[in-house]
Amino acid sequence: MTDTQPETEASVTIVVDGQEVAARPGELLIDACERAGTYIPRFCYHERMKPVGMCRMCLVEVDTGRGMGLQPSCMIPVAEGMTVDTQSEITKKAQDGILEFLLINHPLDCPVCDKGGECPLQDQTMAYGPGESRFVEEKRHYEKPIPISDTVFLDRERCILCDRCTRFAKEVAGDPLIHFQGRGNQTEVNTFPDEPFSSYFSGNTVQICPVGALTAKPYRFKARPWDLEETESTSVADAVGSRITVQSSRNQVLRYMGVDSDPVNWGWLSDKERFSFEAFNSDERITEPMARSGGDLEPVSWGAAIAAVGDALKNTDPSRLGIIGGARLTNESQFAFTKLAKGVLGTDNVDAQLGDGLPAELVLGLPRATIDQACAPGGTIILMGPDPKETLGALFLRLKHAAVEDGATIIEVTPHRTGLGQYAAHHLHPLPGETAALAAALVAETPALDTAGVSADAITAARAAIAGDGPVTVILGRASVAESAAVIADAALSLTSIPGVRFLSALSRSNVHGALDMGMSPGLLPGRSTLASGTANWPNTPSTAGMSTAQMLQAAADGSLDTILLLGADPISDFPDTDLAERALANATVIAVDLFETASTDHADAILPAAAPQEADGSFTNLEGRVTKISRKVTPPGTARPDWIIAAELAMAAGGDLGIESLDDVWAQIAAVSPAHAGIDTASLDANQRDGVVVEGTLDLPAASGVSPAVADAYAYRLVVSRRMYDAGTILANSPSSAHLASGTALHLHPVDFDALGLDRGAEVTVSSATGSVSLPVEPSGDVPRGVAAVPANQGDIVVGTLIAVGDVATNVRVERGDS
Amino acid sequence: MATNAYVPHAAGYVDNEGPKIVSSRFVHDDAFLLERSLATGGYEGLKKALTMAPVEVHDIVRDAVLLGRGGAGFPAGIKWGFCPPGKWPMYLVVNGDESEPGTYKDRLLMEMDPHQLIEGCLIACYALGLSQCFLYVRGEMALAQERIAHALNEAYEANLVGKNILGTDFSVDVVLHWGAGAYIVGEETALIESLEGERGMPRLKPPFFPAAIGLYGQPTIVNNVETLSNLPWIMVNGADEYKKYGSETSPGTRLFAISGHVKRPGVYEAEQGTTTFRDLIYGDNFCQGMKGDDELKMFIPGGASAPWFFPEQVDLPLEARPVGAAGSMLGSGAIVIMDESTDAVKACLRVVRFFARESCGKCTPCREGTTWEETLLRRIYDGHGRPGDLEMLLDIADNISPGPYPGAAWEEQGVEAIPFPPKQTTICPLGPSSVAPITSALRRFRDEFEAKIPQRTSIPVSAS
Ligand SMILES: Cc1cc2nc3c(=O)[nH]c(=O)nc-3n(C[C@H](O)[C@H](O)[C@H](O)COP(=O)(O)O)c2cc1C
Ligand code: SF4
Ligand code: SF4
Ligand code: FES
Repeated sequence: MTDTQPETEASVTIVVDGQEVAARPGELLIDACERAGTYIPRFCYHERMKPVGMCRMCLVEVDTGRGMGLQPSCMIPVAEGMTVDTQSEITKKAQDGILEFLLINHPLDCPVCDKGGECPLQDQTMAYGPGESRFVEEKRHYEKPIPISDTVFLDRERCILCDRCTRFAKEVAGDPLIHFQGRGNQTEVNTFPDEPFSSYFSGNTVQICPVGALTAKPYRFKARPWDLEETESTSVADAVGSRITVQSSRNQVLRYMGVDSDPVNWGWLSDKERFSFEAFNSDERITEPMARSGGDLEPVSWGAAIAAVGDALKNTDPSRLGIIGGARLTNESQFAFTKLAKGVLGTDNVDAQLGDGLPAELVLGLPRATIDQACAPGGTIILMGPDPKETLGALFLRLKHAAVEDGATIIEVTPHRTGLGQYAAHHLHPLPGETAALAAALVAETPALDTAGVSADAITAARAAIAGDGPVTVILGRASVAESAAVIADAALSLTSIPGVRFLSALSRSNVHGALDMGMSPGLLPGRSTLASGTANWPNTPSTAGMSTAQMLQAAADGSLDTILLLGADPISDFPDTDLAERALANATVIAVDLFETASTDHADAILPAAAPQEADGSFTNLEGRVTKISRKVTPPGTARPDWIIAAELAMAAGGDLGIESLDDVWAQIAAVSPAHAGIDTASLDANQRDGVVVEGTLDLPAASGVSPAVADAYAYRLVVSRRMYDAGTILANSPSSAHLASGTALHLHPVDFDALGLDRGAEVTVSSATGSVSLPVEPSGDVPRGVAAVPANQGDIVVGTLIAVGDVATNVRVERGDS
Repeated sequence: MATNAYVPHAAGYVDNEGPKIVSSRFVHDDAFLLERSLATGGYEGLKKALTMAPVEVHDIVRDAVLLGRGGAGFPAGIKWGFCPPGKWPMYLVVNGDESEPGTYKDRLLMEMDPHQLIEGCLIACYALGLSQCFLYVRGEMALAQERIAHALNEAYEANLVGKNILGTDFSVDVVLHWGAGAYIVGEETALIESLEGERGMPRLKPPFFPAAIGLYGQPTIVNNVETLSNLPWIMVNGADEYKKYGSETSPGTRLFAISGHVKRPGVYEAEQGTTTFRDLIYGDNFCQGMKGDDELKMFIPGGASAPWFFPEQVDLPLEARPVGAAGSMLGSGAIVIMDESTDAVKACLRVVRFFARESCGKCTPCREGTTWEETLLRRIYDGHGRPGDLEMLLDIADNISPGPYPGAAWEEQGVEAIPFPPKQTTICPLGPSSVAPITSALRRFRDEFEAKIPQRTSIPVSAS
């Protein structure tokens, strides 16, 4: 056996080809044989999906007490004394026969098929097949590949009808948009007319298809598998940190594939994660340093750029200098920039979050859950954050599985229904700005009253679920940037009174959790420690906490902050108050370290091109605090270089020294200042490739701020601005296959509110707040509660950020017919 | 719905003046109406059952050895006992998807005496303590649908179905479901999938034995229309009376649907065990002999899925065990008679084509293999066969149903019978059913196949 068995677990003895083998009780025969070193061929079986026993490839002779007979080993749980013959004449003939049947209608266009070379059908035909076909009739014909979505193509001639894609779509993703149709030999997989397979998870079907029937646009005809090299790495597209392999040919990344990491993504990826490599390959990447001379950004040498930026940093008073961003960086680069700021330049004005997150002390101070703990069978999951289907796709699949298969109870505490809603038992939709009041009501001892727009009955029912036997986990994040972080923080603090409760952060931006752990937040130092308690013994460490992103932008707009270093950050697109971000960047000297030009780099005086994740080694910290390796597969374009090297060089130019020349140096320094990261270094990350190492350690929780919601006038709606999987973000905008998937901005109102305004679908309305007004189309939506006006964030067409005043507890808006 | 309108039954019931357990009301054209049903003893079985304890009702059915009439012939009383105690809810599902070629007896029961079926359902529900019954009727059977719907409405109104039936605390709801017309949905697990709104494809047994994990994952009893239609009579007359008909292992009567080259095809109610195929084909009360007094060539004793019998087997009794031992099955009670004029290759092709078309497509051997068999047979029939095709055909069949396939003895040639049932590489028996006509026809009439395959003559090559 390859795996070690927990000692308490009893085992069952079965006989495989004459050898006694210990199997786990309840395990499927196909798995038990595989662990014992006997691989049984298969097509439909997939270890992360329920077996269906359809393809019949795994038939073996089994004796369960009633004599030998052919049985599908993917459907039979092991039983004591079971005898299996995987090599008998009868088994072999059956396997031969099945392969011949599968091949009779298979087009054998292997020479032009993307799967050729990594095709289970090819491989198993070679290993178990009859060698020659006796089929002389005409094969079944279909139109060659038909698009079933914007990204995925289906070649029905190649399909062997294994039900993997269709089962995935229905059981795993919950998007049953592809189905079997027709009967007998005419059975095919297809979509219903005008209902494309537009699932956020469609790429997984391409990965698990055992033949070349499903292909994805970004990889079609790009390479032959034998030309590919690969390395295992971590996805940085969101904060889940799914494990992937990065596959390249001729120094170009061509594909990411999901890797089955048991504690994290189970092999699945959202399409955003899967196809994000396209952006890194984009021609739009910045390939050389640039500096503004006259009005335009002109290429300059690295030497000149580093010297100029070093000067600018050195010559700015530390209190008038700020660093915004860094969530896109590796842990090592984050550490380097934190040390540059807090150890060399002497400023604590560092914030990796863009005003759309949560207080760092809160995230680091709450008792944290792993994904496995959150998804524990029979547990209760309180979703108080963004829609995980939109922002953390692979986590959504785990949560859905927990609810559907493992009896977890989901309580939605969100401003409107989320993608998890259909699997949730309780739907509590507090009015934006009143989430803290609802949270307090959920943990109060007194009889429930109607609170925050939620009925007393609903609160009482949710309380009962929370009081159940299973563990309680809060998925915590900002569902809407139009509601202040303080409200969510207060709500979270209330929920800490639930016995044994844990929190799983739903901050979604890439390596934001690494940034917090590396001290990229005002008042913090690396290792979940504060300026006051930190062990960093750096020369220029400030003693008082600096400014947050919001404060820095306000200061810049007011003229009291001169220089802003943007680390892969685009505040104009991502900071909730677009107007403030514009004014701030227009007013300050802006230096950007980035992969792409963005709305914010338009204000830059210098841009330093950085290496993308697939171009540099490093590590990543996911929302659990799990540190896993990021591996370099290709070289960066032009002269772009890893961020930590840029930090080290800037430190030199500014007259300091980070003492970092390699990643080992970084880890040695992290070990010295962060007890939380004890034992983590490049060697231990290599040793724990797949599952990584979870960082422990916690901070004191901040006190509640006691915010109370703004009072609305009678006409007001509360605004909700939430993220979608596809938006105008830099990475997506530079991914050709995904760029057009952004939904566009529309206002969503409850159907009753919609009717009350006497509107037609898609009609133009004007939405005004205290700070601005925009016109946009309106749609009715049953997912939105009454009194709430919901819009997606950052779709690139209409700027809704002008409606939001940062710091406001909630955003009241008026909705009027017609444009303004 | 013009339900009470008189619709002549083109159905083909023939009264053979024998014992009548399920067809007693077929002589009345209006037996589908509650009034007629009540006037002829309808719902008396239910009333009697309601005076007993449920276990007593179950015991009577077990004693009566009521064999399932859907094809497998499993005793209903024993099947009912498989439901795990204490699991709730449990369901009764009535299989009215009758579509085995040659079979048309459930349709008569549904069209002509729907109240008898409903009463049977209620008795079964009472015995098992169930309160929910689903009646699944084949999509094409519009008249049956209409009449059952009407009968259910009448029965609800008369408090024979619904809450507190006849003033007792026994309550049952019966849901009528219209299929979409697929043979495979007659297979009980595919029927359950279809009822759940899924595509009708069989589930794998194990683990999906309906009595353990059935409709919506709950224990479910699936019974055939005819099986349940026997219950009212058994309740009124008792198990001992029932066992006076038929043989010890196959008591009672069955409806046999006879088609093909006989003088009087139709549905006959005949005693099991004591009646023989010869009686059915040649008896004066039955089919009255072969059409045109031609010679019998072969017959299918239990629906298209059954291996064929030949003249030597006509004296077998209509009883599950001897027929199974002789290499076939009584199956759905459909008997197809073919005379000397029948082309064995064509008959074989025709039956195989049915299975190829009706394969649900779920498992590889059936989906691909049945169509391959069909194309191969078509090619041979069309005169384009090649040497070796017959061996290949048998080998393809062997990959669907491995090992010797059941079939009749042919004493003349020293061929022994291979008893039923066949083995399978498939999920359900549909794929292997396609093999029955192939092995039956090839074993017996190989010469007819060979005659259709052109013999290659060597092409003259002139040396130059
Ligand atoms: C391919 C196939 C088709 C079947 N079709 C029918 C059918 O049309 N009607 C029926 O009652 N049973 C049919 N059966 C049998 C059912 O699966 C099941 O055994 C039967 O409904 C049980 O009822 P019984 O025990 O009362 O006979 C079919 C089985 C198979 C494998
Ligand atoms: S498309 Fe691929 S995954 Fe889907 S059923 Fe066909 S072979 Fe299986
Ligand atoms: S044997 Fe045929 S009908 Fe039965 S499950 Fe398989 S494909 Fe479907
Ligand atoms: S792998 Fe077992 S039937 Fe397909």
